Amino acid sequence: MLAIKNLHANVEGKEILKGINLLIKTGEVHAIMGPNGSGKSTLANVLAGNSSYEVTEGEVFFDGKNILEMNPETRAREGMFLAFQYPIEIAGISNATFLKTALNEIRKYKGESELTPKEFLERIKEKAKILGLDETLISRYVNVGFSGGEKKRNEIFQMLMLEPKFVLLDETDSGLDIDALKIVSSGVNIYRNKDNAVLVVTHYQRLLNYIQPDFVHVLFNGKIIKTGGKELALALEDKGYDWVKDEALETQNV
Amino acid sequence: MNEIKENKSEELSEDMKILDDVTSSEYKWGFVTDIDSETVPKGLNEDVIKLISKKKDEPDWMTEWRLKAFRYWQKMEEPTWPNVKYPQIDFQDISYYSAPKQKPKLESLDEVDPELLKTFEKLGIPLDEQKILSGVAVDAVFDSVSVATTFKETLKEKGIIFCPISEAIKDYPELIKKYLGSVVPYTDNFYASLNSAVFTDGSFVFIPKGVRCPMELSTYFRINSQETGQFERTLIVAEEGAYVSYLEGCTAPIRDNNQLHAAVVELAALDDAEIKYSTVQNWYPGDKDGKGGIYNFVTKRGACRGKNSKISWTQVETGSAITWKYPSCILQGDNSVGEFYSVAVTNNMQQADTGTKMIHIGKNTRSTIVSKGISAGKSNNSYRGLVRIGKNAEDARNYTQCDSMLIGDKSGANTFPYIEVENPTAKVEHEATTSKVGEDQIFYLNQRGISTEDAVNMIVNGFCKEVFNELPMEFAVEAQKLLAISLEGSVG
Repeated sequence: MLAIKNLHANVEGKEILKGINLLIKTGEVHAIMGPNGSGKSTLANVLAGNSSYEVTEGEVFFDGKNILEMNPETRAREGMFLAFQYPIEIAGISNATFLKTALNEIRKYKGESELTPKEFLERIKEKAKILGLDETLISRYVNVGFSGGEKKRNEIFQMLMLEPKFVLLDETDSGLDIDALKIVSSGVNIYRNKDNAVLVVTHYQRLLNYIQPDFVHVLFNGKIIKTGGKELALALEDKGYDWVKDEALETQNV
Repeated sequence: MNEIKENKSEELSEDMKILDDVTSSEYKWGFVTDIDSETVPKGLNEDVIKLISKKKDEPDWMTEWRLKAFRYWQKMEEPTWPNVKYPQIDFQDISYYSAPKQKPKLESLDEVDPELLKTFEKLGIPLDEQKILSGVAVDAVFDSVSVATTFKETLKEKGIIFCPISEAIKDYPELIKKYLGSVVPYTDNFYASLNSAVFTDGSFVFIPKGVRCPMELSTYFRINSQETGQFERTLIVAEEGAYVSYLEGCTAPIRDNNQLHAAVVELAALDDAEIKYSTVQNWYPGDKDGKGGIYNFVTKRGACRGKNSKISWTQVETGSAITWKYPSCILQGDNSVGEFYSVAVTNNMQQADTGTKMIHIGKNTRSTIVSKGISAGKSNNSYRGLVRIGKNAEDARNYTQCDSMLIGDKSGANTFPYIEVENPTAKVEHEATTSKVGEDQIFYLNQRGISTEDAVNMIVNGFCKEVFNELPMEFAVEAQKLLAISLEGSVG
């Protein structure tokens, strides 16, 4: 589904990603872990097309299409979804208006007809129920006055509403208490199936207790220095990142 | 709960339509109607004023009033304090009267020139009885002359007068003598004095004691002729306990030269009366380089004469090369209420210096000011507002919220609040914010599949929500569309 080849990217002239190679197949869940400043969020933003990040080298294919040539809205309409680490507030626009606009843009792109207000409403109710969302949240302005946990839940709610093919979770666990973490994870678990894929970016292993990955990659200094199964996440939790770094240094991989 | 949401969804589909409608960035109302019109030669002197008065078949007292205003105006200086720049206006290079040639007296719409009706249809204001469905009575002013007023008969049954002011001068001289110039005297300011001397038409509304006007009243202004100024005069009187909601819309063709629009609007509300005045102003703003466009120098003022009276101004200003206006409320009656809700958008080379004045005279008077200024391109947008609490205005309250939004990094926003308090019991609150449409906001919406253009519209519409909520539904939709069109191409 997603093939990243030798991806290099700069932020404000400084190289952050230094040659990422990653292959994610349909039905898989991958986790990218790494210490602060390793480039995790940069990777998520570059994939989603944030123009503050400059790609200097490499290719990214999403369903066989080179997405680096697409603007962010086209990537989104192609089925890529980024759950933001810091969701943005939009005053004066209700969650419902926002979601309906987004959903219909995506449907239009796919050549599907717009949802009727009734269908839209039904979908909202169904998805809100999954996340135990207070329905008043839907008529409130996008993320305005939301608590940290509500914002993250709202991201997952949007994901369920928009039904993307590929989901990037950027530190979705940060700032969540254990109950919220469980709810958010269950949302992702309900979403994941054999036809889509997930890339979880996280600092902590804790989220991976609830969203079990097929592969875990360690990102350090802009490169993936180790790949393993879910047991790798546990080892990182146990022993920290230093041993992976040392190992990588020995093989001159950094 | 369900029902509320259903409505919400209806509203959404409206939003969607608006976004879909945004397809071309051109000024869509810029066509010229090919119609035979009668225009007086350029220039201004007592003979021209007498000629206008004669063409309008006015009584002598009206001609005299005009001449008094003209003589006063000649001694006045053009104001230079607004924060706008424009070349000196040559007042002798303007034609002060232009009218579509037509039969002297129209009995029904069938007699109106079909070209003219087509124009109004193009503008989206069919004057025929279809308007029954939307419950809006329309007075359409084409250049200087009111061409048709719908529903006059229906309104008459309730004692409501809604007619061109030129007709009112002849048919209701006592009312006109009593109220014309009573809120904005002919000595008021340079442009108001000029208007008093040369005004050609406009609307007159009179709602008698205890009557709630059953429909929205609406005037549509259109400048067609080249090198003609438009000077309309609107007078609205609501007697004790009366209520009226009045809408005003305006457009003009694309012209390379600047045209002057200097209107005067006077509102008078007696005891327990309420007047709601909404404007969507979309005069031609000039092209990207600032060529052409309307100079919109307007005096609008409402007097809350009676106790418990209320006057509410709502304006959405997207057009004009220069906008210079301060719809104001004089809160004379005890417990009277003044409101001002404004969205002013400037793009490209547009300039706006707009705001309000709330003059608290009576006891326990209250006023609310919500101003949203949006500047894009190289435009400049200033809010200028005065809140004055007089010494007898015990327990007066004012709340002012003044927000500016910048799009791009070449536009400017200024706020000039003036607060004068002479009574220690007054409470005056002022809040002001300035924000930029953030790249992070745009990226967030992009990432959900929404284009940058639509994202900006959404953010801006959200910013203006409090003001749009004050507009009648039909107008709110139009206002959102206009906003989208006038900001088109401002981000990129």
